[in-house]
Amino acid sequence: MAKANGSGRPSRLFRNLNAKIAAIPMILTAMVVFVGFSLWTVVYSFTKSGLLPRLDFVGLIQYERLWSNTKWLISIQNLVVFGACMLIFSFVIGFVLACLLDQKIRFEGVFRTILLYPFALSFVVTGVVWQWILNPDFGFQSIVRAAGWESFTFDPLNNGKIVMFGVVIAALWQGTGFVMVLLLAGLRGIDEEIWKATRIDGVPAWKTYLFVIVPMLRPVFVTALVIVTAGIVKVYDLVVAQTNGGPGISSEVPAKYVYDQMFLNQNLGQGFAASTMMLVTVAIIIIPWAYLEFGGRKRG
Amino acid sequence: MADIAFDGPRGPKPRRRLSGRNIMIYGTLIVVALYYLVPLYVMVMTSLKGLPEIRLGNIFSPPVEATFQPWVKAWAEACTGLNCDGLQRGFWNSVRITVPSVLLSILIASINGYALANWKFKGAEFFFAVLMIGAFIPYQVMIYPMVILLRELGLYGSLTGLVLVHTVFGMPILTLLFRNYFATLPDELFKAARVDGTGFWGIYFRIMLPLSLPIFVVAVILQVTGIWNDFLFGVVYTKPEYYPMTVQLNNIVNTTTGVREYNVNMAATILTGLVPLLIYFVSGRLFVRGIAAGAVKG
Repeated sequence: MAKANGSGRPSRLFRNLNAKIAAIPMILTAMVVFVGFSLWTVVYSFTKSGLLPRLDFVGLIQYERLWSNTKWLISIQNLVVFGACMLIFSFVIGFVLACLLDQKIRFEGVFRTILLYPFALSFVVTGVVWQWILNPDFGFQSIVRAAGWESFTFDPLNNGKIVMFGVVIAALWQGTGFVMVLLLAGLRGIDEEIWKATRIDGVPAWKTYLFVIVPMLRPVFVTALVIVTAGIVKVYDLVVAQTNGGPGISSEVPAKYVYDQMFLNQNLGQGFAASTMMLVTVAIIIIPWAYLEFGGRKRG
Repeated sequence: MADIAFDGPRGPKPRRRLSGRNIMIYGTLIVVALYYLVPLYVMVMTSLKGLPEIRLGNIFSPPVEATFQPWVKAWAEACTGLNCDGLQRGFWNSVRITVPSVLLSILIASINGYALANWKFKGAEFFFAVLMIGAFIPYQVMIYPMVILLRELGLYGSLTGLVLVHTVFGMPILTLLFRNYFATLPDELFKAARVDGTGFWGIYFRIMLPLSLPIFVVAVILQVTGIWNDFLFGVVYTKPEYYPMTVQLNNIVNTTTGVREYNVNMAATILTGLVPLLIYFVSGRLFVRGIAAGAVKG
């Protein structure tokens, strides 16, 4: 009784002990997995590891090989195209949809449910479905042709030049609802008075949205941006399911390069170097954001 | 009807239903909604057709002769590698992966979140910040050291190993969810319990847990959909006999041998998406709360 009741030193120590025990899994995850494993991978990216990891340092050779590897260069190029398209379209479409849903409309719940359901599905399901819809012989292309436009050609999954747009279409279908929901939550937090004020001043609605609401939603936009971007860098299962990197190697992405090097080609060093590059990419995005989020103000 | 009794107009002027503005709003939303529904429609229609009909018709037309044969085949007969016992194997693997992962990760993260919210100790905020930033590290960076760890523990390739992986990588979002939720509970409650002599575990099990059922439901939704939909961990940390449903679906659909049975593929796809879809449609707002939890701090 005394231990739990008192406010003296020993009981405080005991109380903290319980909290510390409860936090052990978190401390292990943070320090061993997130920090330790990442450092391990970075260190081993400077070694000659092949089938097994070996501490046989070779300097920057893995990185030189990486950046002269066509498959990796295509992966990076694809990631840039995919990322740019995803960011632009998911935010533009997501924001427009959020604004439309915010007009005090009927059946808002129904529309929101329909626009978000793909987000509940896995990337594998998404990839497989869109592989089927974009099938040139039975899918979208064949339907447009059957409708009379016989020279119509849209076969992204078999055309290396535009295959990434086929992946983007699928990814947008899956992920735009998420951006919309986040922005809608932000819109709901906007004070009704703002609307009254702009209406009295005779500002048209679209101008209010663009010049008043968007700046006010900045924190929501930034958070959504960080989450979507971190997701883009990780894109893997969608590509595996929809194109498996094809045709040829024209839809390869970095995450797939890492997996293939580590688990198929027994070239661990390359995998470590490639994943370190992914880490650097994410760090460039995350560190400024984390600095603003965690460093700028005291967290409650 | 009672309005007739009033002798003057009250309240705001009623909006015209068919104003140009409304037509534009609803028109856009309906078109977009249809676009979103097309893949689901196509999946269902294709899965109900026979192969000859698929080859003749287009993917949007409803089946002339609906058949459930593709569903039966996808569930019980479709082949991946040498196994020809269908998706049911993957389904049960996914169940055996998801259930313990969800329970274990939520138990650990909720206690952890409770400790962070109510029993702050020195350094806690630091570890929490590391955990949060670590959540953005691409899994590819940590995937191989994890293989080594699991191999050392003798868990590589086993379901237990995969459960452990899901628990570890589910930690950031769940801890955030619970920490923020517990922080919103009135402090007086916690103080009163301590004055009464209730300890760390007592307060958790007798006060926090019963008060927090909604957030536990949110966490379950979040974890079940997340773990059920996982592909990468399933393919890296298990062996073919334990492959979860997503991995098996990919192997069935993207196999390069034999005739491509589009109807079976689509039936398999629906089956794989069924669990998260059911959860989504049943849980509604709670699902939204779950996905927004990580982004909009509650």
